[in-house]
Amino acid sequence: MIPVLEAKNLCKNYDIGGVSIKAVCNVNLIINKGDFVAITGKSGSGKSTLMHMLGLLDTPSNGELILNGKNTKGMNEKELAQVRNKEIGFVFQSFNLLQRTTVLENVMLPLIYSTIPNEEHEKIALNVIKQVGLDHRLKNKSNELSGGERQRVAIARALVNSPSLILADEPTGNLDSKTGDEIEKMLVELNKKGITIILVTHDNDLAQITKKQIVLRDGEIVDGY
Amino acid sequence: MDIKETLSTSLKSLSLNKVRSFLTMLGVVIGVFAVISLVSLVEGVQNYVEEQFEDLGSNLIFVASGNVGYQGGRPGQNLSSSNLKEKHIDLIESEAEDYIEYVTPTIQTLKTVKYKTNNYYSAVIGVSYNADKIFAIYPKEGRFFNRLEQNNSSKVVIIGNVLYSKLFGNENPIKKSVKIDGHSYEVIGFLEKKNPDYDESLIIPYTTLRDDFEGTTIISIVSKARAKVSLDEASERVRLALYKDLNDDEFTVLTQDDILDSIDSILGILTIALAAIAGISLLVGGIGIMNIMLVSVTERTKEIGLRKALGATSRDIKRQFMIEAVLISASGGLVGLFLGWLTTVLIRDLINASVPFWAIPLSLGFSIVVGVVFGTYPAAKASEKDPIEALRYE
Ligand SMILES: Nc1ncnc2c1ncn2[C@@H]1O[C@H](COP(=O)(O)OP(=O)(O)OP(=O)(O)O)[C@@H](O)[C@H]1O
Ligand SMILES: [Mg+2]
Repeated sequence: MIPVLEAKNLCKNYDIGGVSIKAVCNVNLIINKGDFVAITGKSGSGKSTLMHMLGLLDTPSNGELILNGKNTKGMNEKELAQVRNKEIGFVFQSFNLLQRTTVLENVMLPLIYSTIPNEEHEKIALNVIKQVGLDHRLKNKSNELSGGERQRVAIARALVNSPSLILADEPTGNLDSKTGDEIEKMLVELNKKGITIILVTHDNDLAQITKKQIVLRDGEIVDGY
Repeated sequence: MDIKETLSTSLKSLSLNKVRSFLTMLGVVIGVFAVISLVSLVEGVQNYVEEQFEDLGSNLIFVASGNVGYQGGRPGQNLSSSNLKEKHIDLIESEAEDYIEYVTPTIQTLKTVKYKTNNYYSAVIGVSYNADKIFAIYPKEGRFFNRLEQNNSSKVVIIGNVLYSKLFGNENPIKKSVKIDGHSYEVIGFLEKKNPDYDESLIIPYTTLRDDFEGTTIISIVSKARAKVSLDEASERVRLALYKDLNDDEFTVLTQDDILDSIDSILGILTIALAAIAGISLLVGGIGIMNIMLVSVTERTKEIGLRKALGATSRDIKRQFMIEAVLISASGGLVGLFLGWLTTVLIRDLINASVPFWAIPLSLGFSIVVGVVFGTYPAAKASEKDPIEALRYE
């Protein structure tokens, strides 16, 4: 079986005033369909940097990234955008919803950049909104929602293009523990339905809900693989 | 992302910031409004001038004293030292007879005209007995004066329509007499309402005016060309006739076309100048768009990053911001056009202003160009945003 995602010797260096900082170094990873992997580590250990590379938002300084058997090296900006749109769903710590825009419109946002015909957008969006249990708040503006609800909208938005992979960076970081637990449960449920998830967190308890944990230190994997 | 989606995305973004979008639009609104209303106003002036000339009758050749510079010469001499004399009328009549049907001098003075207790300060215009056929001023009632009355310097007058009602009210003025500087004049006719030149004036044989009032001079000599001859040739004949007594710089011969042409060219320059000034305000409007869009791009950094993370290409972002800019400038253009048109309708009572057709595509096209030109830089800025930086942006 072809892995969903394969990282080979992934590196990211930042040059600051002539000094090269290795934010991520020699990361090798294989993520298979249905995996639920946590990437943990202390602050500054390179978790977000790694996630950005896995999500094709950032280009590695070195190494390769193979998504569904396709090497992403050498893809241009447009191809990367299309792959991101089709294959990857993002959930961010700070929700990143469009302000003063309805739940429905927020969830439909990735669809307008897809090749899916316009008339199907609403139906698809309604379906995922139902999955996260917000079908009663369709026409509410994003700023009228609680934090937990906002993150559920973000999860629906991540699901809407049926991606191969969901990348969640500290999805409970801005929530109180009770609503954080709800989001945790939701992620577990989604994984049970077969959705592949990579969860980035510095919270060891949260990492325990996943099937596999990877620990980063100074940009390198010290435990897990 | 297709154009329909881009358009609706741009529209949504603009509607999220209605007040700002409106204020951004304002510069273009004012610019286009200024272009349209100024250009329409000039058009109105042009219409007015042309109407006035049509009223004057056609085939007319004007001779003015001095070098009346419609092509940049010095202005005509003052009225008290005119080079035109009565003998020049005779010269034109005799030398250009085959080309000229009627000739009249015009002499003009301002006097208080009295009837009973009413008096009115008005123009007294001295012309020859055939001026009615030259200027197409036919009495509504009564008659024009004849050759005999002219030769005898008879004290007869034809009264303009407005002046007549000011002096006489509803009374019939025919055979009544009016007083000017103590002399009595018999009213032998009154005119229909025609134009301000005659409506508030008194028309009198030029010989009478010459004899009764000191210091009057011939302002101009007007000839009507015969029907079958060309106006250019006739005016050339008039010029040749006057050369017998006058030098080149002592008089000027103009036809109606010459005068209309020179007025048109002056108005044309005015239109261009006004349009250019108004165009500058459009440009300022464009700079306003660029300014506010740049602020908006910075403000929306996070949104841009998010869109890119979710699959928008740089091109999608660029198009979205470009279309926002063009929507602002084009709708500003439409609003300005509407307001300009409304203004011309509202002032139509004063002047027959009308929006010239060419001004519509020109101003709309120009406002779209303004949107494209001044939207390009902010749109490029937006599209260059790095999604990671943008998502980090607080
Ligand atoms: N754009 C950048 N320029 C320079 N250095 C950077 C940049 N982005 C990240 N870094 C550095 O790379 C290292 C890894 O950062 P990263 O954000 O991946 O850490 P993290 O594990 O996500 O931390 P946290 O748990 O606080 O989110 C840090 O030392 C950081 O300072
Ligand atoms: Mg981080």
